[in-house]
Amino acid sequence: MINIYEVSETNQMIEKENLDVRTITMGISLLDCADPDLKVCNEKIFKKITTCAKDLVQTGKDIEREFGIPIVNKRISVTPIALVGGAACKTPEDFATIAKTLDDAAKVVGVNFIGGYSALVSKGMTPAEELLIQSVPLALSTTDRVCSSINLGSTKTGINMDAVKMVGEIIKETAEATKEKDSLGCAKLVVFCNAPDDNPFMAGAFHGVTEADCVIHVGVSGPGVVKTALEKVRGKNFEVLCETIKKTAFKVTRVGQLVAKEASKRLGVPFGIVDLSLAPTPAVGDSVADILCEIGLEYAGAPGTTAALALLNDQVKKGGVMASSYVGGLSGAFIPVSEDQGMIDAVTAGALTLEKLEAMTCVCSVGLDMIAIPGDTKATTISGIIADELAIGMINQKTTAVRIIPVIGKGVGETVEFGGLLGYAPIMPVNQFSCDAFVNRGGRIPAPIHSFKN
Amino acid sequence: MKKTIITVVGKDGVGIIAKICTYLANNHINIEDISQTIVQGYFNMMMITDMNEASKPFADIASELEQIGEEIGVVVKCQREEIFDSMHRI
Repeated sequence: MINIYEVSETNQMIEKENLDVRTITMGISLLDCADPDLKVCNEKIFKKITTCAKDLVQTGKDIEREFGIPIVNKRISVTPIALVGGAACKTPEDFATIAKTLDDAAKVVGVNFIGGYSALVSKGMTPAEELLIQSVPLALSTTDRVCSSINLGSTKTGINMDAVKMVGEIIKETAEATKEKDSLGCAKLVVFCNAPDDNPFMAGAFHGVTEADCVIHVGVSGPGVVKTALEKVRGKNFEVLCETIKKTAFKVTRVGQLVAKEASKRLGVPFGIVDLSLAPTPAVGDSVADILCEIGLEYAGAPGTTAALALLNDQVKKGGVMASSYVGGLSGAFIPVSEDQGMIDAVTAGALTLEKLEAMTCVCSVGLDMIAIPGDTKATTISGIIADELAIGMINQKTTAVRIIPVIGKGVGETVEFGGLLGYAPIMPVNQFSCDAFVNRGGRIPAPIHSFKN
Repeated sequence: MKKTIITVVGKDGVGIIAKICTYLANNHINIEDISQTIVQGYFNMMMITDMNEASKPFADIASELEQIGEEIGVVVKCQREEIFDSMHRI
């Protein structure tokens, strides 16, 4: 039987160390909403989302109440809209009406974000996918809760450099279209290499075509819990360090698994995956960078950072995998800058640069995340940064992503405030040398040799 | 139905257990186990209870217990046992 010490340990994690379930995300397939008539298509989408997800928020709250574990976000991911709206949309403005519908549906059911305003163009673009990408600035500047993602490459297909070039310009346009809100639109737009079909985390969540009609995914968190556990093993060797992270990750993930199974049962929707991620928030004590410091670094970004992050990421997976029956999504440590107080401090102290962040993304989940750069950065430079990050994903057979915010009207030394979970960030300098001729070549980078496994 | 764990944490004082137990008895909640320690001067109690026969829904009981806790200056939490089971048992 459970004893008082175990009960206090769990409650201590929840109350003092920010243990929470970061998100319950309901994936909803909209493939059956496709229709050549745009109005009908929008109506079908609205109806399907508001029907499938009508009890999502309340169920989340009930579970929160009964188990005493905070569930920070309730969210929805949908089929990439380029596929759903392809038959109906003839202009970017047509696609933007679907974004509006998604936004309305999200507000009706009470979720804080809805992801899936997406296109998967890792090899080539259909006319519909091109239109959707063109519509992103309009869609993100006229909605509040819609998140957009674009898959631009994969280990199997190589990198679609035509799309990479286009997206560099789209990011600039989105920044411009939302400049009165410090280019906030770009915080809701992420580009990927090897995008997973079952990611519950925003902004990159979408409901892949390999998924069932409706599923429940859960993203766990808990950097504060890992940090506190490591405080007790200061000065101990790597074996002790790694074991401690593994055991902690196991406990955190078990909570995620419980919540996922419970939500799935109550909503009558199959359980998809638990995403084993260490997802920070701007709250003090909820930082991945602080774990790196606890491992022994003065600041995130100091020599040793990549190795520390690599072992952290690996131990989180090793501990988490046994705790859940199905693991998926991004699963790893997130290193967003603006959403992590320790990362913000590291940038401010001059310890962490864009180049070091890029190196760190080789060994952890996702990539260059929530990084504010000067608003006058050229579109081709942004495309170059994206191409570099996608190449890391392509060659290493992992997911990488870029969520970068050129803040219009601001430069290095200034700070941008996004608010809430998105946090704030000092604007980071970008390498000023040109990559115009590289980006302007056009075409596609072929798939790497190790993708030919058949 | 699985068990519910009630925890009480706060400054030690007269009548804490009495208050909580009276409420549980009035609402047909059976106490199966009680353990208690003092950690760093703080009163720390855990009860394993069975709410199958309870006269009110879980959420009401949880909020009423929280309120009683506030009145006597302790923090009372009411959680389903599964969260502790899943974290501490393989």
